[in-house]
Amino acid sequence: MLWPRLARSLLSRPIAESVAPPPDGTVAALVARLEAAAGTRLGRSLSIRHVDAGSCNGCELEVHATSNLLHDLERFGLRFVASPRHADVLLVTGPTTRNMAEALAIAYAATPDPKWVVAAGDCAVDGGVFKGSPAVAGGTDAVVPVDLLIPGCPPSPMALIEGLLALLAANAPEPKKGPAGQAGGP
Amino acid sequence: MSATALIRSAPQVAPQRHLLSAEAWAALPAALIDDPEMAFLGLWAGLGCVHAAFLHPEDGVPLIASCLGDSYASLALARPGAGLMERAARDLWGVDAVDAADRRPWLDHGRWPTTTPLAARPPPREGSAPQQMFRPVEGEGIHIIPVGPIHAGIIEPGHFRFHVQGEVVVRLEVRLGYVHKGTLGLMLGKSPRAAVPFAARVSGDTTVAHAIAFCRAAEAATETPPPPRAIVLRAVMAELERLANHLGDWGAICNDAAFAWPLARAGLLRERVLRACEAVFGHRLMMDRVLPGGVALDITAEGAATLRAMLAEISAEWPGLQRVYESHASLQDRVVGTGIIAANLAARFGAGGVVGRASGRGFDARRMPGYAPYDAVDFNVPVLPGGDVDARVRVRVAEVDAAIGLIHRLLDTLPAGPIYTPLPIRAGEGLAMVEGFRGDVLHWLRLDDGGLIEACYIRDPSWFHWPLLEAAIEGNIVADFPIINKSVNASYSGVDL
Ligand code: SF4
Repeated sequence: MLWPRLARSLLSRPIAESVAPPPDGTVAALVARLEAAAGTRLGRSLSIRHVDAGSCNGCELEVHATSNLLHDLERFGLRFVASPRHADVLLVTGPTTRNMAEALAIAYAATPDPKWVVAAGDCAVDGGVFKGSPAVAGGTDAVVPVDLLIPGCPPSPMALIEGLLALLAANAPEPKKGPAGQAGGP
Repeated sequence: MSATALIRSAPQVAPQRHLLSAEAWAALPAALIDDPEMAFLGLWAGLGCVHAAFLHPEDGVPLIASCLGDSYASLALARPGAGLMERAARDLWGVDAVDAADRRPWLDHGRWPTTTPLAARPPPREGSAPQQMFRPVEGEGIHIIPVGPIHAGIIEPGHFRFHVQGEVVVRLEVRLGYVHKGTLGLMLGKSPRAAVPFAARVSGDTTVAHAIAFCRAAEAATETPPPPRAIVLRAVMAELERLANHLGDWGAICNDAAFAWPLARAGLLRERVLRACEAVFGHRLMMDRVLPGGVALDITAEGAATLRAMLAEISAEWPGLQRVYESHASLQDRVVGTGIIAANLAARFGAGGVVGRASGRGFDARRMPGYAPYDAVDFNVPVLPGGDVDARVRVRVAEVDAAIGLIHRLLDTLPAGPIYTPLPIRAGEGLAMVEGFRGDVLHWLRLDDGGLIEACYIRDPSWFHWPLLEAAIEGNIVADFPIINKSVNASYSGVDL
């Protein structure tokens, strides 16, 4: 039952879709930030640790969807890791609730330098609809410094991938070029 | 006196609500113990009052008991599902179940600027944060595995405290509240139209079902039914949501048995559903598409064709995936007999949805209390007795098939006409139940004369699933926790509010 299907998949072309290169403006801003901050190159791969700081779980669904066959995040050298100690990037979703603020700060402290924080989703950007609630500290930047904002409620998997590719492009060795592994590349 | 008679003998203060004296309320636990058929739906508080909702199968409609005062007799012995809700009500409103066995804080981690944020005048917090307390476990060679709030995967935060003897879990205790956003407080003082985005964000994966339940409660309060076309469009969205989530869960459960291929295929099917939703309803999760009084946008003939084409694609691949599931002994070995939730436990907790139906409890809000348009269409509600991971998988599989059939039939019978009726500005009170993909979602609200929300409550089905997860893991090995957890798939945000 399974083997004929696997054989067919081996012979067929990948179904992952191409992704537009990240906008130059975003990349330039990230490069400037990077040079000011550390000047260290990470190579062409990033390890991402996701932290839900209070999300409604809508953002998690779309973060998950970045790994499905049509989006296939790993072809770009982007992968999710289990511990902040293995991560280059903290991908934070949700408003930062007061009950999660300390855990987020600990995860940030546990992430080795150089590190980047991506606030994904309207809630992570500034608290979103939950802004002003006494139970919410604010967006991600209420607790940790943020390098990149990806708005949306929730941001689409493509928006998430484009944002992460911008980070990758900003970190690419000179001369700066487009994201690794375009359209369906391995 | 039966529990129903006890509640009904008290003065009626709203269409489905009776105000009990403290003595009458104190008689409620014993009456409930005598009447095991009376399903417990939820318990919440307000300014100096407590409310509990029930549903007796003979009545078929929900009934709310209320009682004034800052303290009340605990229902947790009669209905164990009330336990966590009583702890939450104390944290949020300061209304206390004085004789409850478990009065530990639940949502309040000692980090809010005030205590009891929904009380009339929340007192500023004094002193340091209370420490998390877990129940002790005694025995030889017991060790503790603390996990979370941040877990290893892409998942919501919560703390799991495992007490383990060798490889076997003796007790799991779940500590939640990490994603408490103060949702109920944010909804107060707003019109239903302004508050519906919060209902749609109680649990993002259930955005449609929560929004429908909230809107139906507001429509009941103002006695303004939405147009027939809107009712059917809502059901189409709700079934699409069920379809997408069950597909994703099916794949994720297989993946937790280290079988990645089903996740890849099911993830693709799920993506097809979400893209069709985006094409037809303008949002992948259909967030903010359900409004008080109707729906935000209509569907075109091409929209219906897009949905049907997507359903055909899923119907073509889905049976093949089932054959793979059935024919892999290594997968069957992981799911059969794992994480059993006993039927009597599911019944005592009043578990709804997949968890209840996989443990022999056939409750489905679409059937009882029942609501339009489900009273006019035929659909299958699968119920299995096993209570293990496999039973929960099979209920989902049958519900995928049922949802596909339902969406086709709903599109066939889509009535013509408007999709929206504005709600009048008036006072009123309403309760509604909607069957989401996890189970029955309950919303209750009261509007003041200006049509603004004076009091409200939201009960996700996960309230009853979390305690059952704690029971399901007992006697299983730690390594099976992820697959058991995924097979239950309770929402964190849904209960943290
Ligand atoms: S941005 Fe939207 S989807 Fe994401 S956590 Fe906030 S409300 Fe949920």
